[in-house]
Amino acid sequence: MTAFLDFEKQVAALDRQIAELRDMGDDPTLNIDNDIARLEDKSSKLLRDIYAKLTPWQKTQVARHPDRPHFKHYVAGLFDDWMPLAGDRNFGDDQAILGGLARFRGRRVMVIGHEKGDDIPSRMKHNFGMAKPEGYRKAIRLMQLADRFGLPVVTLVDTSGAFPGIQAEERGQAEAIARSTEQCLALGVPMVAAIVGEGGSGGAIALAAANRVLMFEHAVYSVISPEGCASILWRTSDKAADAAAAMKMSAQDLLGLKIIDRIVAEPVGGAHRAPEVAIASLGDAIALELDGLSGLPRDAILAAREEKFLAMGRG
Amino acid sequence: MSWLDRVRNALPFGAKRDTADNLWHKCRQCQQMVFVKEWEDNLNVCPRCDHHDRIGAKERFAQLFDGGIHELIAAPAAPEDPLKFRDTKKYVDRIKAARAQTGDRDAYQNAFGRIAGQGVVIGVQDFAFMGGSMGVAVGEAFVAGVENAIKRGVPYIAITAAGGARMQEGTLSLMQMPRATVALARLRRAGLPYIVLLTDPTTGGVTASYAMLGDVQISEPKALIGFAGQRVIENTIREKLPEGFQRAEYLLDHGMIDMVVHRKELPETLGRLIGYLAPEKAA
Ligand SMILES: [Zn+2]
Repeated sequence: MTAFLDFEKQVAALDRQIAELRDMGDDPTLNIDNDIARLEDKSSKLLRDIYAKLTPWQKTQVARHPDRPHFKHYVAGLFDDWMPLAGDRNFGDDQAILGGLARFRGRRVMVIGHEKGDDIPSRMKHNFGMAKPEGYRKAIRLMQLADRFGLPVVTLVDTSGAFPGIQAEERGQAEAIARSTEQCLALGVPMVAAIVGEGGSGGAIALAAANRVLMFEHAVYSVISPEGCASILWRTSDKAADAAAAMKMSAQDLLGLKIIDRIVAEPVGGAHRAPEVAIASLGDAIALELDGLSGLPRDAILAAREEKFLAMGRG
Repeated sequence: MSWLDRVRNALPFGAKRDTADNLWHKCRQCQQMVFVKEWEDNLNVCPRCDHHDRIGAKERFAQLFDGGIHELIAAPAAPEDPLKFRDTKKYVDRIKAARAQTGDRDAYQNAFGRIAGQGVVIGVQDFAFMGGSMGVAVGEAFVAGVENAIKRGVPYIAITAAGGARMQEGTLSLMQMPRATVALARLRRAGLPYIVLLTDPTTGGVTASYAMLGDVQISEPKALIGFAGQRVIENTIREKLPEGFQRAEYLLDHGMIDMVVHRKELPETLGRLIGYLAPEKAA
């Protein structure tokens, strides 16, 4: 059963009606099949219309949808021979960032990404995708490993932000993020990042300073959460929708600003309504980008990435 | 530099200082009144409680460079208000107000000068300009400063102060983190040192990029330095924060910085560091 969002109420009502009709069984005198078909048509048209013009705040809710596919689903759907690697060799193994070796359509790659978890115990285990310094330091270690052995790096970004906590600060959260970003930029191997859900601030850029940055159609990528922005600038988190619109955090806006390189289409109604379709589309986009980067010399890969980020905001 | 020169250099504030109110400075920390002249001669450090007050680029350049002599480095103009942002006020109006208040175009200025006779480029982030927040103009200035240091073959010193990224520039402000990082990678490849002086407060995305990438990390006493805001942390973990949390001395204890240095000692400390790390001139 899909968890409906606020703005999907009408669709939810139609789907409930359809379910009720189905429950009435198959009495041929009632001509239920026609009614069901008509309602299904209406529901899917409505869904298409709603999703064709989602506001940035609605997109934020889609990007955070509990049923939206995340790291483990992409790994299962896109990569073969997944071999997770663990630990930062200094403090621990942060479960909010996972990474490992995998084969992707014939290529050997390093996959790194945020994992949010999908039920209460797993969300606790993965700290809701909010990484601590050891998570970023694990990412650095894996990127260095990939760089040494010539494996392209693929990252899947999905975090509301780095974890704000006492121990995280004590262990150097800021430094870990800065170094992880620096490591992305220092790679001589191709790096492709995909913003698959929420790209939350420094916690996201630490894994996203890539040669090519992909973004799902309804993902969001911002410097602060809309709630955080609203509570600072409007002095009330009630203005989150205004903040989301003002910050231009949608894939469509960010493509226009040249912050991302490609939008990956989602199935109608968002990735959570047909995860396998979304996952396959992302796979095709990643393959396309890796193809475009393959065979380039290390210096050229690094220089192109540097030039791209050096120009950010130059207009 | 004499006190009068300093006042004159601090225009447009100079004129206001003629009033009786401005003969006195009230310390933000101990609340005691200090003569402005005494306070300024003490490098804007409270003579009663040693509180290091926030200061801007002009004061830094005057205090750090030999004889206060320096040459400003212009940064290319950045696109203004790229998102046409407005909250309760228009972003362009906030910028205008900050410019009128500070006399600066944005929150980051660079200058070339000498410390203990050694050439160096210093970049200063000014908290007075929209909380020192990092937008495209700050990124542009940072890159320009580092590139200038590379061109001259001298070290780069960044003096940081910021509440974080400039939200009014959205994800473009976030992109200034990797942007500045690229400039620093080039400085490193040129074999030139990067020294960070953290000042109060340095938080958010600024801390999570160039403010923590120094070859040597220095902080002024008691400066607030962190990634996450204290209220955000308290709301997330629902615990009281430990005494001195995210202060310079706390970071020193936790291995995050090399030293905490009193403002009076900065020229000497920086001079010695540059002596150790800058490329040695052929004899
Ligand atoms: Zn005082």
